[in-house]
Amino acid sequence: MSIFSTRFLAASALALMAAAPLHAKTFVYCSEGSPEGFDPAPYTAGTTFDASAHAIYNRLVQFKPGTTEVEPALAESWEVSDDGLTYTFHLRKGVKFQSNDKFTPSRDFNADDVVFSFNRQANADDPWHAYISGLTYEYYSSMEMDKLIKSIEKVDDNTVKFTLNHPEAPFLANVAMPFVSILSKEYADALQAAGTMEDLNNAPIGTGPFKFVAYQKDAVIRYQKNADYWGEAPKIDDLVFAITPDASVRLQKLKAGECHLMPYPAPADLAAIKADPNLKVDEQAGLNVGYVAYNTTVAPFDKPEVRKALNMAIDKKAMIDAVYQGSAEVAKNPIPPTMWSYNDAVKDDAYDPEAAKKMLEDAGVKDLSMEVWAMPVQRPYMPNARRAAELIQSDFAKVGVKVDIVSYEWGEYLKKSMEEGRKGAVILGWTGDNGDPDNFLSVLLSCAAATPGGANRAFWCNKEFSDLLANAKKTSDVAERTKLYEEAQVIFKDQAPWATLAHSVQYVPMAKNVTGFVQSPLGDYAFDTVDIAE
Amino acid sequence: MIKFIFSKLLYLIPTMLGITLVAFGFIRLLPGDPVLLMAGERGVSPERYAQISAQLGYDQPIWHQYLSYLGDLLHGDLGHSIVTKKPVLAEFLTLFPATVELAIVAIIIATLIGVPVGVLAAIKRGSWFDQISMTGALVGFSMPIFWWGLLLIIFFSGILQWTPVSGRISLMYFFPPVTGFMLIDSLLSGQKGAFLSAVSHLILPSIVLATIPLAVIARQTRSAMLEVMGEDYVRTAKAKGLSMRRVIGVHALRNAMIPVITTIGLQVGVLMAGAILTETIFSWPGIGKWMIDSISRRDYPVVQSGLLLIAGIVMIVNLIVDLTYGLINPRIRHK
Repeated sequence: MSIFSTRFLAASALALMAAAPLHAKTFVYCSEGSPEGFDPAPYTAGTTFDASAHAIYNRLVQFKPGTTEVEPALAESWEVSDDGLTYTFHLRKGVKFQSNDKFTPSRDFNADDVVFSFNRQANADDPWHAYISGLTYEYYSSMEMDKLIKSIEKVDDNTVKFTLNHPEAPFLANVAMPFVSILSKEYADALQAAGTMEDLNNAPIGTGPFKFVAYQKDAVIRYQKNADYWGEAPKIDDLVFAITPDASVRLQKLKAGECHLMPYPAPADLAAIKADPNLKVDEQAGLNVGYVAYNTTVAPFDKPEVRKALNMAIDKKAMIDAVYQGSAEVAKNPIPPTMWSYNDAVKDDAYDPEAAKKMLEDAGVKDLSMEVWAMPVQRPYMPNARRAAELIQSDFAKVGVKVDIVSYEWGEYLKKSMEEGRKGAVILGWTGDNGDPDNFLSVLLSCAAATPGGANRAFWCNKEFSDLLANAKKTSDVAERTKLYEEAQVIFKDQAPWATLAHSVQYVPMAKNVTGFVQSPLGDYAFDTVDIAE
Repeated sequence: MIKFIFSKLLYLIPTMLGITLVAFGFIRLLPGDPVLLMAGERGVSPERYAQISAQLGYDQPIWHQYLSYLGDLLHGDLGHSIVTKKPVLAEFLTLFPATVELAIVAIIIATLIGVPVGVLAAIKRGSWFDQISMTGALVGFSMPIFWWGLLLIIFFSGILQWTPVSGRISLMYFFPPVTGFMLIDSLLSGQKGAFLSAVSHLILPSIVLATIPLAVIARQTRSAMLEVMGEDYVRTAKAKGLSMRRVIGVHALRNAMIPVITTIGLQVGVLMAGAILTETIFSWPGIGKWMIDSISRRDYPVVQSGLLLIAGIVMIVNLIVDLTYGLINPRIRHK
């Protein structure tokens, strides 16, 4: 592999030097980590998707920039059958795959590439199913695509038909996700013939706005604009990812002009960034939620009045300041405000310790002692769970409830928090995968998810709620689905299986002369629309 | 001398075996399941969990896993990262030169400054030089590396703009890695300004990395010199009327260097193990950061084989120290 890279790099370096002199427009992104690989399908980290899916590839459909709405990409149009079981995609014509020094495509993108990209993940017999030792297609199975898709057929060169086992409205949103990026079957065949299958992951070829040039492990990723891109060509000539793991160092690089844009600033640096005349910050509520889940199967948390009372005891504003350092908004619903069907009409539990105390007494709760679990790691939806737990501890003390803060190593925490009969309330959260409300509500709150291997940490099983979710999956009519999800949020608020804490805000600092960057609610970093004003 | 070397090499084998046990066992003693960590908040169904565990071989009893690991090692297979799926050895070889380059420059700085400072402090014992330098050493030794590195970046790269912020070379330069050592590769590339860029990028990280070894070496040299200067043969040399220069340079220093070389050698070993904090702060793509990330992700194969490789390197460095020790002190090699 290293030999290939050396020769490849040498060839590309010459090409780069010859074809693109150094005064070409180069955009430098100070990324926060290294990609796991360049084939998006086996991986789950956003860092990997930024370096692969969003730069080099496209999908059948994509999210409209800045939103979670699905729009055409490699598929120009599609039809869904009335029973919701068949999706027929009409593919865009004249889309070209990229080339490198070892491969030049002889044909345009067609249905074979779509079938290949999906089936290699579905079929265990496919030679590409485990083309690298230990490879698994994580997202494909965790999104249950293997259970959902019955078959994928090429109808003709420009038409692909997906047949599902049951109607699933979020399917379209799933198809926009990075793990089902479309790869070139021709390239795969060539690699297989040459006996260098791992190059699918090391020397990627896609249809996307940027071509992969080189990767120096843990240091730099280089891309070049794809001049033959089917969409609007990028305005920059070269794209460079400078991998800079520390947030403060990223900021120093941004300030020194060594990079144009950076992700995930340290909250403590935000004030300084905003005050800097050479920088600007883009902010947007993330597609996430931080919450505290009670165990609704264990007394006294099986009573909604008790849960609601405890919710009213939490000072959420203080938590935003102390835990999120101001970069979050109070959460009242389990889905964030940027998600369609967010029910703004729902009223949050008022912060009222006196009323809370009375409610607890009325519910017959006396001398309650409980555990609150605090995560040991920092997550986008919860920067400091221990601090949050301490605040809850003091808030609950004011209403006569004694809290013991408990923590486990992250993997253990995830496992133990889903054990039946779990004691106490768990601090956790969720970041959306596909911008569909089902991705939050079913995964985190449905009856089906209240089983081992699921993620319903409140073990909450409300038939009415779950039925609403199931019905919302069966229809593709967004207006209908919106109504159902809005009703579901009302039930959620009424029954209070969680204390919804906050939706954290995502900040993206950049140089003042950067234009055209659109922040994605899903936390993707894509540079096909950016430009550097002179 | 050959017998000396040979006997040292023989010790390597049981030591390496012991290290495989430690490396294998240590990471598994940590709570935390790599499969669960990969699944994250979403969770993983029991069937899927069983499937992935079987694929990774984690459903086998521990002794079985250990023996198959040893078996793979004997075939030269150091395993594949669970996270990137790439061979551990390949990842190590890609990253190691960066760590070595930084470590070598750091140890050179630490030695070139530390030894003379220590010698001078010993000669001028009790003087202001001695007090200031030893206080400085104490401060350097106690300095939190992260903070120190960030401070230097803010001051020299941010405010003064004398040095670049991070990385090994300016992004303007792009050439294939030949040796993996940026100083050599930049010269080989023939690109104008590349070598200077590589040097300028090395300045701050090597100063930061050199800080603790410098402090240790300075203090060790001073105390070794003081001890030697009190010896009879030094008194004799002075009595014989030899110049201070000769007394110190030839008689005292050579004997004082024995513990100092041991210290330097140990410091090299420590640095080779990867300067985790320095590498993180300066985005230096070496093995330190690689190891720490792998531990937190419970990437068993990387931790096991990575530890083995690092331990092997440290042992080789210590072997070289032992041999140098033997060279300087004839009594050792003729034992």
